[in-house]
Amino acid sequence: MESYSVLVVAAILFVLGLVGVLTRRNIIFILISIEIMLNAAGVAFVAAGARWGQVDGQVMFLFILAMAAAEVSVGLALVMQVYHQHKTLDVSKLNVLKDDIEPH
Amino acid sequence: MNYLFYISSVVAIAATVMVITRSQPVHALLYLVVSFLGVAMIFLSLGAPFVAVLEIILYAGAIIVLFIFVVMMLNLGREEAMQEKQWMQPKTWIGPCILTAILLVELLVLMTLGGSAPMPQQSVDLKKIPLSLYGEYIIAVELTGFLLMAGIVGAAHIGKHKRKYIHRFLQEKEEAVP
Amino acid sequence: MQEVLFLIPALPLLGFLILSLAGRHLSKQVIAVIGAGVVCIAAIITIWLGINFLQTPPENNAYTVTLWKWMSVANFNCSFSLRVDALSLVFLFVVTFVGALIHVYSAGFMKHDRDYARFFASMNLFVCSMLILVMADNLVLLYLGWEGVGLCSYLLIGFWYETTANVQAANKAFYITRIGDTAMAIGLFLLFRELGTLDIPAIQQSAPEHFIKGSSLITAIALLLLAGGTGKSAQVPLQTWLPDAMAGPSPVSALIHAATMVTAGVYLVARMHTVFQLSPLAMNITAVVGAVTLLIAGCSAMVQTDIKRILAYSTISQVGYMFLALGVGAWSAGIFHFFTHAFFKALLFLAAGAVIESLHHEHGIFKMGGLKNKLPVVFYTFLAGAAALAALPLVTAGFFSKDQILWYAWSAEGGNPLLWIVALAGAFITAFYTTRLMLVVFWGDMKTEISEPPGSLMTLPLIVLAVLSIIAGFIEWPHNLVHVTLFSDVVQKVLPSVTEKEGVPSEAIFQLIAVVVTLSGIFTGYVLYKKNTSFIAIWKQKPVLVWVRDFFFSGWQFDLLYQTLFVRPFVFVTSLNKRDVIDKAYTGIASIFQWLNGRISVSQNGSVRTYVVSLLIGIIFILALQFFL
Repeated sequence: MESYSVLVVAAILFVLGLVGVLTRRNIIFILISIEIMLNAAGVAFVAAGARWGQVDGQVMFLFILAMAAAEVSVGLALVMQVYHQHKTLDVSKLNVLKDDIEPH
Repeated sequence: MNYLFYISSVVAIAATVMVITRSQPVHALLYLVVSFLGVAMIFLSLGAPFVAVLEIILYAGAIIVLFIFVVMMLNLGREEAMQEKQWMQPKTWIGPCILTAILLVELLVLMTLGGSAPMPQQSVDLKKIPLSLYGEYIIAVELTGFLLMAGIVGAAHIGKHKRKYIHRFLQEKEEAVP
Repeated sequence: MQEVLFLIPALPLLGFLILSLAGRHLSKQVIAVIGAGVVCIAAIITIWLGINFLQTPPENNAYTVTLWKWMSVANFNCSFSLRVDALSLVFLFVVTFVGALIHVYSAGFMKHDRDYARFFASMNLFVCSMLILVMADNLVLLYLGWEGVGLCSYLLIGFWYETTANVQAANKAFYITRIGDTAMAIGLFLLFRELGTLDIPAIQQSAPEHFIKGSSLITAIALLLLAGGTGKSAQVPLQTWLPDAMAGPSPVSALIHAATMVTAGVYLVARMHTVFQLSPLAMNITAVVGAVTLLIAGCSAMVQTDIKRILAYSTISQVGYMFLALGVGAWSAGIFHFFTHAFFKALLFLAAGAVIESLHHEHGIFKMGGLKNKLPVVFYTFLAGAAALAALPLVTAGFFSKDQILWYAWSAEGGNPLLWIVALAGAFITAFYTTRLMLVVFWGDMKTEISEPPGSLMTLPLIVLAVLSIIAGFIEWPHNLVHVTLFSDVVQKVLPSVTEKEGVPSEAIFQLIAVVVTLSGIFTGYVLYKKNTSFIAIWKQKPVLVWVRDFFFSGWQFDLLYQTLFVRPFVFVTSLNKRDVIDKAYTGIASIFQWLNGRISVSQNGSVRTYVVSLLIGIIFILALQFFL
């Protein structure tokens, strides 16, 4: 097995997650796709660590995991608030931060 | 070991494809669990049992559960599922697919560019992980503690729903609309 | 002795600071004590200094003290140093002593005014600036005082700023004197470029060696300095601001526009006498400017109806005499005339102020009359001042100084019979309008009732100044009568003595002619305004004479001239640019960026997916760079 095979797998997983972020309109699905992307990045780290036989890759993955957990909890809390206030989970309806300038 | 790696990676990729194309959120989450399990097997094949188990416990165990709780609380029903199906026309997939295909090609080219080295087969010594966590990466561990604390407090505060709390920017809109 | 020199300008400055910062919280008595007190103390110090100077003259005939180094850039050094020699001493004495009297007078005059503290603060600042001007050791410090007096003149003319006309008069004064100031600044630049220094002693030493006598460069410098002097001293062509400056309170007119600021030009020319002597052309022009001014102003004073405007034109005319004297080379005569003129002109303005106050702010002389018995103190002091102005022979100070000028206008090296004739005509006109003023205001029937006679704070300075108007001339008698030359002995340590022409007839003839002319002027005034007023009534019927009278009344139409030559074209040019084309360049840049902002902000459409797409495109681009680098 070549060392780049794992990285290829990681790349494919990452790109799939990215497609999910770009295509889906439901916030929950976007968050799920972000998790896929994070996981793929973690695979890349562990692969790098295993290639050199060092433990740092796994330690990195541990930190990424912790960060993903925190991010998911806050993100889902935000999703709850969004649903409570706007009664929709459609991302394209959440554009209040649009820059409204009258054309000169 | 190689076969384990190739089979589990195929499983992970297939499951991920299913995740992003489902219309029901619970189905997507179930496929996501399968994907994580596949990734855990990849880790095992790379000789990293610790992170394999960690992946299952935290990712498949905690994070998916969080998602399922939220999906349950939101109580998304049949209409939402129909709407999802409606949004997932083929025409919405074309643009993203092209862009990400370009990105994938670039990544693959960059990865295979720099020669190829064979992957060593032995697993890393398990004792080294906690030693390095308490050795060189002690600060990062502390910071991760901060991060998780912030996550807890933030999530607890943001998720509170006492009475209808509208942010003040939205309040003006509410008054302006009627 | 040097150590107390700085106190003279510092005390009024202190008064200004206290009154401007804390004046609102002080009572009127305290303000008056501080405001008038600092100038009185400065006057006492000056008198003490003067006595010391005359008894034991210091080395180089001057007290010098350097306070601190002001500027030092490349080869330009100037320090804040004060220098008192005989010329400065005369000016110092006049400024502080007359200034102190005027401050005491205004403590009574302005007592009903709301802005008591602001008045005294401005007056103190003025006194401080004027003192710095006359005590300056280098021209930069002199220019500082010059600008300071200009500022205070503006502040004090527009003192009652709620009336627009006063503010306009203040603006006019400032603009016109500014023109003179700019010319003077250019003169200073040229002087520095040529000599490398602006210290007055250094200039006086090196100028004769450096410049060729009569060269165009030194003439240009002298003329530029003269232009500065004509601006401040209200000579032709920059004299139009002084009659309008009478919008300020009477003490202001007395201090600034009679005794001190208008003589700053005289001081400058006298101080820079080395420069002027190197250019005979500039001296001639100075004399001609003085002569023309005294004639124009005298004619205008003959027909004015506002009491203060008469005195204003009279001031312009008398300062013209001083310039005439300086221009023909009679330096000490010019300064002597300044000395006596300060007393009687300040007296006249203060007395006029007392009259105006007593008649409910009535300024027109034809509405006054019959005040001889009702305001006796004011009448007698006004009489003393008017007699000095008309140069009543032998009994008034004005006679001695004006007689000297008339004599030197004929006999000095730069003198000319034509100048003498003009000066003589001026003497006649002066006597005439002074008599007219006295007769109309104090004799005849009373047309306006008196409200209250002036208090002692106002009458005491009047009495002191009246006494001085009479006796101040006795320190310098004409040479053929009594040999007393106290004044010129002192001043000639600094200024050169006058060189007389060859073969002049004796002085007595000229003195007699001058006396006859003066007395005939007084007689003419008496005849026209008291004995037989029908002459005036007949003349009012003839249209030619009425036109002449209106021409004189408007000050020889200088205002109209300047309006057509300068103001109208300027207003026309600015009206072309009504939409401010130049500003469009700046607002144009702003509107371009606003347009750009409008275009770019379209990309901020609030949709998260758009943002992710743009991120993705960016990443693709960056990764693609890897192939090329």
